[in-house]
Amino acid sequence: MSETAYTSDEMMTIAASRLVRNGAACFVGVGLPSAATNLARLTHAPDAVLIYESGAIGTRPSVLPLSIGDDELADTADVLVSLVEIFTYWLQGERIDLGFLGAAQIDKFANINSTVIGDYRAPSTRLPGAGGAPAIAASCGEIVITLRHNKRAMVKKLDFRTSGGHLEGGDSRARMRFPGRGPTAVITDLGIMTPDPETRELTLTSLHPGVPVEKVIDNTGWPLRVDPNLRTTAPPTETELSVLRDLQVRTARAHAGA
Amino acid sequence: MTPDIVYDQMIGMGCASKLVFSWGGNPGVGSLHRFRDAVEKGWPCPLEIDEHEHAGMAARYAAGASHLPFGVLRGYLGTDLAQYSSATVKFVDCPFTGERLAAVAAIRPDVAVVHAQKADRKGNVLMWGLLGAQKEVVLASKKAIVTVEEIVDDLDAPMNAAVLPSWVIAAVCEVKRGAFPSYAHGYYGRNNAYYKYWDGVSRDRATFQAWMDKHVMQSKDFGQFLQSLEAEGLHV
Repeated sequence: MSETAYTSDEMMTIAASRLVRNGAACFVGVGLPSAATNLARLTHAPDAVLIYESGAIGTRPSVLPLSIGDDELADTADVLVSLVEIFTYWLQGERIDLGFLGAAQIDKFANINSTVIGDYRAPSTRLPGAGGAPAIAASCGEIVITLRHNKRAMVKKLDFRTSGGHLEGGDSRARMRFPGRGPTAVITDLGIMTPDPETRELTLTSLHPGVPVEKVIDNTGWPLRVDPNLRTTAPPTETELSVLRDLQVRTARAHAGA
Repeated sequence: MTPDIVYDQMIGMGCASKLVFSWGGNPGVGSLHRFRDAVEKGWPCPLEIDEHEHAGMAARYAAGASHLPFGVLRGYLGTDLAQYSSATVKFVDCPFTGERLAAVAAIRPDVAVVHAQKADRKGNVLMWGLLGAQKEVVLASKKAIVTVEEIVDDLDAPMNAAVLPSWVIAAVCEVKRGAFPSYAHGYYGRNNAYYKYWDGVSRDRATFQAWMDKHVMQSKDFGQFLQSLEAEGLHV
């Protein structure tokens, strides 16, 4: 095993990329989801289909986009469709296997807040808002959520529910007739949580190497359930790290210099 | 739907009383600071918001273009959005299956302003690339103004190309680099560095106002605006 040093953000991105199956149609946003899915495409999942909500389907960017509308996404796509079409025929049409979402806050049922911190009408922090996330959360076959692990992010009660994860837990998604299975993993810089098959409550199932379980529990705003068979996430391989770093160096170079 | 730097400028200068949107940030960079300041602190004036999700906004424009009163989608369920935007989102039961669906009010703007690549001398407009909701916005609006990179004798449009015929457009204006700091596919790329630069300009009220005065208020047209940025050493 490689002794190469890596950051917790790199571990988070690489753990997320491993969940991309080769050939899967993935709905991707900018930031970490873009890094994770493009890393997957450049390593173990060359036939993954990357779809951005701007309407680029099957895109293969050489650098990570800053916005979902970057021209590079259009230049390298199999097909470009309109915004109306991407949300109707493709997303609502249940043609997407896997959606990646970020969040400012999540709760124990992996519901997402990306709208406000504080009261909606008088927020202490106004965040960008929903974008495509509620439809992605409802209609993709499954969802992977990535965010940094701390008590401000992993909260007992969301300030605002922007996108539905497992709602009130149990079979509440099915009762709401959400087409997709919802969040199947939450990946943070400390570990991986997956929903309990019955209650749908997030359970810590994997710790990233060197992270003590107490640290995860202390940084979670609700009493976190821990799987008795808690595993350790495989550390990044040299290939994963070098491909990710090359991608980020190319990206930084492309976005610099106004 | 995704207010960008121009919206941030209009909000910060007190030109907007209401924002209808589904995502209000600086993509890949962070916040739109003037938008945040207006919502969080009411500066320089309170900003009413009608907030949606992208799928809902797409449906609202498509309904507007179709002259229907509302669009329908499987959305908003299990979220708090419908509660706060209840004037423009309601739930209806499908008359065929009984499924509970979201109905979103059509948007019919007074004026649409969009940018495209080419127009011919009759005013037919050709656009390509990531079109977003531009076609729906033009057809939903009572009047549409289209700025283009160039006016040409013949569009040479391939069959099935995205062409807006002149009779649905009120005015066409040639504005080279008119999409700046965004891009016009086939003409110039997105200026990602400028979006990062905007974060620094817009963060502070006084810095923002001084910048607007220097680059926008004292420029007589878009060309002068770009020249004033170049004079500061910015690549535009």
